[in-house]
Amino acid sequence: MRAGTRLGFVLLIAPLLLWLVLLIVIPHVDLALLSLRERVGVGEYAVSMANYRTFLDEPLYLWTFLRTAVMAVLATAITLVIGFPVSFYIAKIARGRVQSALFLLCLVPFWVSELVRTFGWMILLRETGLISGLLQWLGLTDGPVEMLYNDAAMMVGLVYTSMLFMVVPLVTTLESLDDGIIEAGYDLGGSGPSVLREIIIPHAVPGIVAGSIVVFMLSLGNYLTPTMLGGKDSLWFTELIYSQFIVRFNWELGAAFGFLLLVLSSVIVWAMLRLTGQTLEKTMGSA
Amino acid sequence: MKHSTYLTCAAVLTGSLVLVQPAAAETLRLLTWGNYAPETVIAKFEEETGHTVEVTLSNNEEMIAKLRATGGGGFDLAQPSQDRITGPQMEFGIYKPIDLSQIDESQFIPSMLAATKGNTTVDGEVYGVPHVWGTSGLVVNTAEAPDVTDYTDLCDDAVAGKVSYRLKRPTLIGFAFAMGMDPFAAYDDADAYTEIMEKVGEKLIDCKPNVKAYWGGGDELMNLVRSGEVVASMAWDTGGWKLNADNPDITFVAPEAGALGWIDTFVLPAKGRADAAAYDWINFVMQPEIAAMITDTAGNFTASKGADEYVSAELKARYQASFPPEAVDNIKWYPPVPAGLEAIEGGILDRVKAAQ
Repeated sequence: MRAGTRLGFVLLIAPLLLWLVLLIVIPHVDLALLSLRERVGVGEYAVSMANYRTFLDEPLYLWTFLRTAVMAVLATAITLVIGFPVSFYIAKIARGRVQSALFLLCLVPFWVSELVRTFGWMILLRETGLISGLLQWLGLTDGPVEMLYNDAAMMVGLVYTSMLFMVVPLVTTLESLDDGIIEAGYDLGGSGPSVLREIIIPHAVPGIVAGSIVVFMLSLGNYLTPTMLGGKDSLWFTELIYSQFIVRFNWELGAAFGFLLLVLSSVIVWAMLRLTGQTLEKTMGSA
Repeated sequence: MKHSTYLTCAAVLTGSLVLVQPAAAETLRLLTWGNYAPETVIAKFEEETGHTVEVTLSNNEEMIAKLRATGGGGFDLAQPSQDRITGPQMEFGIYKPIDLSQIDESQFIPSMLAATKGNTTVDGEVYGVPHVWGTSGLVVNTAEAPDVTDYTDLCDDAVAGKVSYRLKRPTLIGFAFAMGMDPFAAYDDADAYTEIMEKVGEKLIDCKPNVKAYWGGGDELMNLVRSGEVVASMAWDTGGWKLNADNPDITFVAPEAGALGWIDTFVLPAKGRADAAAYDWINFVMQPEIAAMITDTAGNFTASKGADEYVSAELKARYQASFPPEAVDNIKWYPPVPAGLEAIEGGILDRVKAAQ
């Protein structure tokens, strides 16, 4: 009997272990070794920290690194600000069919691939695009307006792409909040803002943190949206990694960049959890 | 980060796929560019030889990256440009020598075959034979930007905000030639090359306000030019000719400094498993009639001798309009890229991209 449960346990955990070891641990060990290698001649390599030194010596890489982090945090904040009222409406105000319909509407954009979604924004925002054409037709502008290829367009794309991942955990946590508690808050003389501050937000914190972590990770690791919507001034760290690996054949530097990105995202997520007084266990468990 | 995991996954997956394949099956796994293996040609080949063909589309950098990830496995025939063979071969050993006795050399244009052999020789072994060739230069809307005749004209005030180019090595090379320097001559001298590239980098940074967007893929460029948002751009000749079919004002212009000529080749990946099928494919597509079919879909001419006769008259007319005889003589053919050059160019391109 005891041996039987043991076997069952091993079989059940095997897929997870295989997944972790084959797809996450081994590639990362490989990357770590790669990042500590330096090309010294044709086909010759030596162990060194040169790749990490390159990162620190070249202001461009450092600057892009910071810019990516700040923009990803900003994208997360904007997604939260837009996503919170939406989630509240879906969870607390809409009822029955309207509720499912609204939830479905959040989901619909994800039925097409990210590439198609991004192209959609390009069609809307470009100089000869829909919005520019509409503004001209209304007589609000004289000539075509270019709205593509800047940071604002990139931000719009990032927020749009990650909205669902904020709304889902928020709706789940908000739904678990008893309406009676909100009513009690009003009965005890609370105003709208104070009920929001004292009751709703504290209750929703695990959802907010869970959603923020997912959105932040997605934005930080996004490649397509910054490249396509950001245009000539867009600089995104994943873009640098891609070009080191594919265009420059410099896997060593690319691997070092990859590791730095991993460290950056871990540090920011850890800081976020510390700031909100949450633990990963708590947020992921309740969301 | 994500990407590298993906590469490793891909390597693992292709590895396991190879294992389940019966050894006798003659499946040709072809790693090539868009339009180089049209459906009609594949159907004909499969019918005639009994082999089956699996096509994977890619570009120069990705081809090399893919082969490097597997140590030259996963594909039986690949088509990188001739200047990208010796460097990666010396560095990563991802190709195997071509057995020239298996190839019908009489089907090739002799000068092009000889040049490619010379450019792809490592330690006395030939690694590539030519297939499709073409050039990159300028695509210009001649009605709106009649004065753009050279790479550096893209920086003129007259076309401010309406030009585009790629942030890739052809742009650096083209600008260097237009600025009166010869980057190819400095290929083997890292210091001299760095100096040239730094000058080009400065020029490109000055030029940046003129640029509407740096294009990445061919379709993106087509959209920009077709919609009129861009009136002049660096591009491949075929892109210009395709646009010319839609709008006669737009065409490919061979720049004064010279169009940049490339030849895409056939190479055998080091761990390819269907060499016989690969040689059959090479000999098959180099027949003049078949080569002409590929020219009609890809828009570029091939190294097949006598294929010109079968190519559509329209395409020939466009080619002749863009390339008067003196422009053909002025084509700058890419010499083999020495290993490590990409790192110099990469630093410059990053700086241009980051400049405000």
